[in-house]
Amino acid sequence: MSNSNYTSAKDNEGGPVGKFLVAALKPRGKIFTPFNIISFPIILLGLVLIIIRFAKGIGSITNLTQEVPWGLWIGFDVITGVAFAGGAYVITFIVYILNVKKYYSIVRVTVLNGFLAYVFYAGALLLDLGRPWNVINPIIGNSFGVSSVLFLVAWHFLLYMIAQLIEFSPAIAEWIGAKRARKILSGMTLAAVIFGITLSTLHQSGLGALYLMAKEKIHPLWYSEFIPVLFFVSSIFAGLSMVIFEGSISQKVFFNQISPENHKAHNGILLGLSKICAFTLFVYLFLQVIVFVHGKHHDLLGTPMGYWYLTEILGFVLLPMLLFFYSYRKQNIFMIKLSAVVTMLGVIINRLNVTIIAFRWDAAVQYYPSWMEIVVTLTVLFTEIWIFRWIVNRLPVLREPPSWVKE
Amino acid sequence: MSINRRNFFQVLGLTGLSMGTGKKLGAEPPKKDEKEFYAILFDATRCGGCQSCEFVCAWEHDLPEPDPEDIPEVGVIRKTNENRRSVINAYDTSQGEVYVKNQCMHCCQPACTAACLTRAMYKTEEGPVIWRGNKCMGCRYCMVSCPFDVPKFEYHSPNPRITKCDMCFDRLKEGELPACVENCPGEALTFGTRREMIAEARRRIHEDPDLYYDGIYGEDEAGGTGWLYISPVPFEELGLRTNLQKKPYPELTKGFLYSVPAIFVLGPALLLGINQSTKNKSNSEDNHE
Repeated sequence: MSNSNYTSAKDNEGGPVGKFLVAALKPRGKIFTPFNIISFPIILLGLVLIIIRFAKGIGSITNLTQEVPWGLWIGFDVITGVAFAGGAYVITFIVYILNVKKYYSIVRVTVLNGFLAYVFYAGALLLDLGRPWNVINPIIGNSFGVSSVLFLVAWHFLLYMIAQLIEFSPAIAEWIGAKRARKILSGMTLAAVIFGITLSTLHQSGLGALYLMAKEKIHPLWYSEFIPVLFFVSSIFAGLSMVIFEGSISQKVFFNQISPENHKAHNGILLGLSKICAFTLFVYLFLQVIVFVHGKHHDLLGTPMGYWYLTEILGFVLLPMLLFFYSYRKQNIFMIKLSAVVTMLGVIINRLNVTIIAFRWDAAVQYYPSWMEIVVTLTVLFTEIWIFRWIVNRLPVLREPPSWVKE
Repeated sequence: MSINRRNFFQVLGLTGLSMGTGKKLGAEPPKKDEKEFYAILFDATRCGGCQSCEFVCAWEHDLPEPDPEDIPEVGVIRKTNENRRSVINAYDTSQGEVYVKNQCMHCCQPACTAACLTRAMYKTEEGPVIWRGNKCMGCRYCMVSCPFDVPKFEYHSPNPRITKCDMCFDRLKEGELPACVENCPGEALTFGTRREMIAEARRRIHEDPDLYYDGIYGEDEAGGTGWLYISPVPFEELGLRTNLQKKPYPELTKGFLYSVPAIFVLGPALLLGINQSTKNKSNSEDNHE
């Protein structure tokens, strides 16, 4: 985002900058890939739907009801999307705080992923706001609703995006060849990382805390005062599973950008991450068991919602935990990737359970997302991937930084 | 400076004195300009289900005129929506057919105002909870949080509003009664300060214990509400939510919000500490190599 501002600001000078712009905007690689052929029409359709939404109101394309005011756009785009973006704070914690340099090669791509996730999924929030022109009210200070968890989350999104941009900015400086700026910006990395991790701790749990006041509206098997803690702990393995998943795809798609050493190191990274995932899944499972025992809702296990709860806990927490432990012991990379996918499914199920499925499970009119909500969600997702690809193809994200950078 | 016997007694005496005065100050009567919340008492024994309140509410707030054929019926639950902020429902109870009015409860410590990040949902010092359109960003977190599912959203408008009963706040400022209270032919609605209304409700129950169920809905529910209900039957028979907690709903997020400043101070310090210690370690290891 800021790099486009930068270039457009310099645009008036023409000459080399103009050439730079043309080169930057020119597509790289094949145009008619299967991904492009599928994603492009969906993005176009999504844009049309977004126009309809702003012209005729949110109800024109969503199935939201008066009783279920937050649907797929919040439950999936924002709350699930941000959990998956948690990889950025975990990896920066390992690399910059614990000084484990083994994971250094994936820091940039993870931070970029996290940053784009926040920009797009928090951006998707604007689509869901009925009166988006007032979105600056809690920021500019004429109406601080400081008693609101959402106020905290909104500020944290904003601040964390800035922190992530600073963490990523050396790559932008390397791209445009700003040597001095790079030096200053890299000097700010540690501060941004510390600030970013603190913010992440609070808003990952804050997303869960949003639902604390909906005490009677969420099925008792999913509601507890520990939702914030559960959301925070699960964001660790959600984020890392995303790193494993995305890393495995990037290894193939951007094969020629990655140096041979990093290719070799990647399996070691996956093994390390799988161990962290296994242990955090164990912590999470343990917490879930404590919450369940304290909740005293054993009688509800025999109901359909109870079976669904057991499916989530046994099939998508216990199973991936065992898979991660097993694949680490057997050093099986394929199994690690499989475990990551099962974990991700589990996180999606958990977040959708709290936000949609178990939310007003007893309502007379149940909420199901409309196809148009799903298309808009896919539009957000695909646009993010397009931008991600655009950046990875140009900036030193996966590839080695230019030779003038001395690490 | 060391503490000797004389100093010790001096300090002890001063502390005792200040504690004594402190108590005196606390026992002073409340200041005259301190306002009490207004409240409305609904007496189900007097409501005949005539829907006058629904009609005057619509006129007062420029809402579409209610459909005259849409009348309260046993077995049909009529809900408030973006076009009607007050509804009467009929219930078949152990004491025969009883009517009950539903609208915003105007909680003493509302979940919606605690949820609102722009202070658009606002608890006025007179008691009504009002919505301020120039602040609202339409996030609908108030709807998620409200234990009574009161705030409604205009899903089919490009400039949507959150709508709900505002206890006719504009009329209150002019010194008038809320429209529904003024126009209730059965005198089922009574308006006054919350303290007076609770006293009035207790008086009625006390004077005619055979007629009334012994309880005031809204006295403790959700930490106390600005609408109070008395009825001939237990409140669950009237579709009122009896599974709500007695504590105010904002209490549920208080613990989390209080932990924020602590984490903001301790988090960075801890992280920096870990960073420094691991850095030194790796450096010294490098030196050994």
